[in-house]
Amino acid sequence: MTVQSTEFELDLPEHEAPSPRAIVLRRARHHSGFLFGSCGLGLIILLALAAPLLAPHNPIEQNLLARLQPPVWAGTGDWNHVLGTDQLGRDYLSRLLYGAQLSLLIGISAMIISGLIGTLLGVLAGYFGGRVDLVITFIITSRLSMPIVLIALAVAAIFGSSLQLVIVILGFLLWDGFAIVARSSTLQIRDADFLLAARSLGMPAWRLILFELLPNIKDALIVVATLEMAHAILLESALSFLGLGVQPPRPSWGLMIAEGKDYLFFEPWLIMIPGAALFLLVMSINLLGDGLRDISAPEGRS
Amino acid sequence: MHIFILKRIGLAILVALFVSFLSFLMLRAAGDPAIAIAGEGASEADIEYIRIRFGFDRPLIVQYGEWLAGALQGNFGTSTYFSTPVHELIAERLPVTLRLGAMSLLFAILLAMPLGILAAVHPNSIIDRLALFLSVLGQALPNFWFALVLIVILAVWWPLLPPSGNSTWQHFIMPTIVLGYYATPAIMRLTRSGMLEVLGSDYIRTARAKGLHPVQVLVKHAMRNAVLPVVSHSTVQFGYMLGGSVIIESIYALHGIGQLAWESISRADLPTVQAIILILSLIYVGLNLAGDLINAWLDPRIRVT
Repeated sequence: MTVQSTEFELDLPEHEAPSPRAIVLRRARHHSGFLFGSCGLGLIILLALAAPLLAPHNPIEQNLLARLQPPVWAGTGDWNHVLGTDQLGRDYLSRLLYGAQLSLLIGISAMIISGLIGTLLGVLAGYFGGRVDLVITFIITSRLSMPIVLIALAVAAIFGSSLQLVIVILGFLLWDGFAIVARSSTLQIRDADFLLAARSLGMPAWRLILFELLPNIKDALIVVATLEMAHAILLESALSFLGLGVQPPRPSWGLMIAEGKDYLFFEPWLIMIPGAALFLLVMSINLLGDGLRDISAPEGRS
Repeated sequence: MHIFILKRIGLAILVALFVSFLSFLMLRAAGDPAIAIAGEGASEADIEYIRIRFGFDRPLIVQYGEWLAGALQGNFGTSTYFSTPVHELIAERLPVTLRLGAMSLLFAILLAMPLGILAAVHPNSIIDRLALFLSVLGQALPNFWFALVLIVILAVWWPLLPPSGNSTWQHFIMPTIVLGYYATPAIMRLTRSGMLEVLGSDYIRTARAKGLHPVQVLVKHAMRNAVLPVVSHSTVQFGYMLGGSVIIESIYALHGIGQLAWESISRADLPTVQAIILILSLIYVGLNLAGDLINAWLDPRIRVT
């Protein structure tokens, strides 16, 4: 730079400190995990939303004459069924696309339920401390000691499983991460000056928590939200795989793997395709979550 | 120290009681067990008979109290499917699951600790990247799918291992890999961050400055402190793995407690499910307690809090 005088230099706009938003955006552009995760998740969301347009066939329409056709790249496959057909002759690509809708729907809904429960408990424990904290910490410890896969399976089996029930079960089992993070984040800023100021102005506790405290711990909560969403999607697929999650003929990926399991020896693509889709979705969400954590708080990286 | 131990044990007992009550409540509130046992097409009289025969007609709290009193004496009631005492079923199956859990934990530690240490010694190197890649992979692989893929590769394409059953030690290899790999990311991350922290400390610099051999510094000085959190975390992972064994055991047809749980759920065998949930929680609570106590014994600073 060729600047003549120091007075002149002071007026230069590029000497202003970059805004926090600009710093975050720059970090985001240079974080490969974040980029991969957000692109992957974005792509899957787009495909899921566009499933009615993209799907070449009805995902639950059976065609017993065209059972177990291989994908287009294998032997006798053709372009009519790009990813082949399953044991009932249903188009695999169409099922895969509609399955993405199911996974996302379940992941997001369960994440919202568990987020509400966990955040409420965690913030109350962190903010009020004392006995409230003692009781809530006890509840969190108890929840961590429960074998959740087993409990989810048992409850689903007794109730008779359905899509709504799966969402509720997952929502009520996966709130621990939210509670732990909300509690520790609240503890960190509970005595900060801006909260003290709000308190001395006579702001009621619920307003203070809602409008002053929550906006300041939301970054940490968003990171947990992504990780718990991935967790919920994995658990749903496991429940569906064992036959106690989403019920047929809905095209849940876990259910598709379960149905393909019987053809493991001769038609391995039946489990490979939905499994790979599940893996990509969960990995994208995890990378996005890890990336968000690095970007919002680089000093907290481990 | 004694007060600390007593406090932790008291807390563990409270948690165990609370968890047992909650799971009891959840299973009973979820539906009428008598209808589930009777099965489809049972008459009203049959259901009523089962209700009285198994005592489902009494208040919940009475049923819980009776069940707990029995459980404390090792009596978990009678399986509604096998008509044998539940504790006999569990005693028969538990060793398989514990063996699987121990092997998986060993596998996870043997894979994760060296990788974590190497990643910390050479940050941002190829090994570090590989470790990161493996841990991203481990967190996103659905374990039941990984189990099936391993069967396709190791039992179908190259028939090296038996696909299911539990008669020989070869039957345990695939389940061990699947279950152990699930615990690998957490242990690796802990080892890496612990090592990074220790390697930056003054006493390591002193040891290096004295001219000690780098391997000696790493093994004798650094590792001792870095593995502390890993030890206590491993106990927690062991508990998780026992929980995860439900899925893995049912895929590989290993006759452990997980498969028993899964079968009992499909047969609506409530006393057995109840007992397994309680035992898994107890094991988890016990391991957590052990982890806390080990940590407190190794690191006196923790005892104060």
